[in-house]
Amino acid sequence: MKKQLFLVMFLVGLLSLPFCLTAQQAVKSKTKTDAKPVPAVLSTASEVSAVAGFAGKGEDWLIPSANLIFPDLPYAYDALEPVIDRQTVEIHYDKHHRGYFNNFKKAIAGTDLETKSVYSIFADIDKVSTAVRNNAGGFYNHVLYWSNLSPDGGGKPTGELLEVITRSFGSYETFVQKFNEAAKTRFGSGWAWLSVDPASKELFISSTANQDNPLMSTEEKQGFPLLGMDVWEHAYYLKYQNKRADYVESFWNKVNWQDVQSRYAEYFKIAARIK
Amino acid sequence: MNFEFPALPYAYDALEPHIDRMTMEIHHTKHHRAYFDKFTAAIQGTDLESKSLTDIFAEISKAPAAVRNNGGGFYNHNLFWEILSPSGGGEPIGKLAEAINAEFGSFEAFKTKFNDAAANRFGSGWAWLSVKADKSLCVCSSANQDNPLMDVHDCPGTPILGLDVWEHAYYLKYQNRRPDYIGAFWNLVNWNKVSENYEKTLK
Repeated sequence: MKKQLFLVMFLVGLLSLPFCLTAQQAVKSKTKTDAKPVPAVLSTASEVSAVAGFAGKGEDWLIPSANLIFPDLPYAYDALEPVIDRQTVEIHYDKHHRGYFNNFKKAIAGTDLETKSVYSIFADIDKVSTAVRNNAGGFYNHVLYWSNLSPDGGGKPTGELLEVITRSFGSYETFVQKFNEAAKTRFGSGWAWLSVDPASKELFISSTANQDNPLMSTEEKQGFPLLGMDVWEHAYYLKYQNKRADYVESFWNKVNWQDVQSRYAEYFKIAARIK
Repeated sequence: MNFEFPALPYAYDALEPHIDRMTMEIHHTKHHRAYFDKFTAAIQGTDLESKSLTDIFAEISKAPAAVRNNGGGFYNHNLFWEILSPSGGGEPIGKLAEAINAEFGSFEAFKTKFNDAAANRFGSGWAWLSVKADKSLCVCSSANQDNPLMDVHDCPGTPILGLDVWEHAYYLKYQNRRPDYIGAFWNLVNWNKVSENYEKTLK
């Protein structure tokens, strides 16, 4: 009896193997076709290579906006479980984020904003349409968000980043507490941020409404964002519903401190070109 | 203190399938409740305790953010539950229908304008049908928990119909598809109540 059961299970397993492979291949080929549409305006070789490797690092955003592409999610949809559930990541990336990217491209099409970097668009955000402001912000902010998270995230920052956090806030614990407060008290849709203050080179915490960010000329306190936490309800509602505080506190278990550190280091290399 | 947290005028699952039971329960017992609790805490011991919500909103620019956000959240949801009904839908009749036709040309044209206001409100907020001081109707939207009774609003009036477009109002069922939620909303509108609200503003 036992032997027969084993045989049946073995056969079922064998039969389902090709289906698993097909499903995996389908996912792979879908990612491939979606990934890199041909950019419209490329002027130099370095721009071409910047587009090919676009992952939303600080330097990647210096290229003309027309050349920006929608980057792949750096991990699987379920990779941030249990902190952020698969369905939330999938809809957030594939619907919300992609929607901002598409609408941003549409809003700048045929205008001179196509030749400008997002940094220079943000620096004059008070002079552009609401569609550009909302969608450029939505596109940029989410690239940062995905890159700031990792399945292997969590723990504490180290090295240079820990030093500047300690210098700016007194301790890592005080920093987290202040950041959480900013994230929990932002009323309605928005973001909480850790940014570099261009004047003092110290770090500061702020929160912004909707898809605004600290690079925008409309912000009271402007700076270069290193870490962003999305507190729109779409970022957490399927799993946490009204309990935003639980999402905010769980978020730290997936923070990719290497990414935050590399953005900090990169800021000093590109600061002069963020105009 | 003369403010009370209202019971929902129907069961949590009464608006199914357009608004699901879980959304209604969390929306009423958590979100609405929290606005009420924080509002009453924010006005406790101040002279706002003896004022009506309408009077508080008329000078909201002088009140702290906690009063504005939570007072708005309390009032807006009170109105929202009242203008929905399991037996809602259809079209308005009588004086309200006449006023809608006079202002917007037709009921369909009004709906299109309201749908646009609701779909285009970026981030959290509300879409409204309000009666202005000159008694004409107007469609507009507001951010977060603001409303047309507030002195900060660019389209002042008395709201008679409101649609919550915070993601918490629809995300469990509709996720990113806000337009589907807006479309479903019309099947629930309690036009008798909206007419009653309208006629009250004429007195």
